[in-house]
Amino acid sequence: MIDYIVAAVTALLLIAGAFFALAAAIGLVRLPDLYTRMHSASKAGTVGSGLLLLAAGLYSEDPAILARAIAGFVFFLLTAPVSAHLLARAAHRSGYDLGALSVRDDIRDR
Amino acid sequence: MITPAAIVAVASSAALVILGLALILTVWRVVAGPTLPDRILALDMLTGIAIGFIAVIAVKTGFSLYIDIAISLGLVGFLATVAFARFVLSRGNIKSKPPATAANGNTQKRRAGGKKR
Repeated sequence: MIDYIVAAVTALLLIAGAFFALAAAIGLVRLPDLYTRMHSASKAGTVGSGLLLLAAGLYSEDPAILARAIAGFVFFLLTAPVSAHLLARAAHRSGYDLGALSVRDDIRDR
Repeated sequence: MITPAAIVAVASSAALVILGLALILTVWRVVAGPTLPDRILALDMLTGIAIGFIAVIAVKTGFSLYIDIAISLGLVGFLATVAFARFVLSRGNIKSKPPATAANGNTQKRRAGGKKR
């Protein structure tokens, strides 16, 4: 019985993580400029790979490996906003414009 | 009767297909992306998809050592993105280019066929 529960949760996490990654990729292609693409890539993309990692940790049924998978997920959650913010700040400071649909730019004069 | 291994095998195959689709879309953004930061962002996303692939392969094959590889790949991807961001910053403002060096560099860039933006 417990095997079926673990398998079902693992399958659910695998499919959910893959769909999060697909949503991030679709956002990366469809959104109009760098600063909006960053939303999909750094939020949905991180959750996608994190859920897949969690599925791998859960399916091994070993607490040490599950702990490593959770540590990796937390590591991604910590580093993705940092790298996205650094890239956005560098791009904005180097003069890459916002898309034509954007209506205001709060850090233009800083 | 469906065994647990069969459920996970079907789910991991489906996840591989969906991740492949995501990989193709992201590679298209790397190739087409009009500016350099777009490409850097797409490369960061590619690292995330590669981590997902490694995790799915870990589930499929049962080698849980792959998770450590995924974590170290995440570290490398983070450092690469930070380094690229510093590079974008160190190139300076793209709108105020000195004309003398730009004229010199333009011929070289055009011969290489690269889009400089």
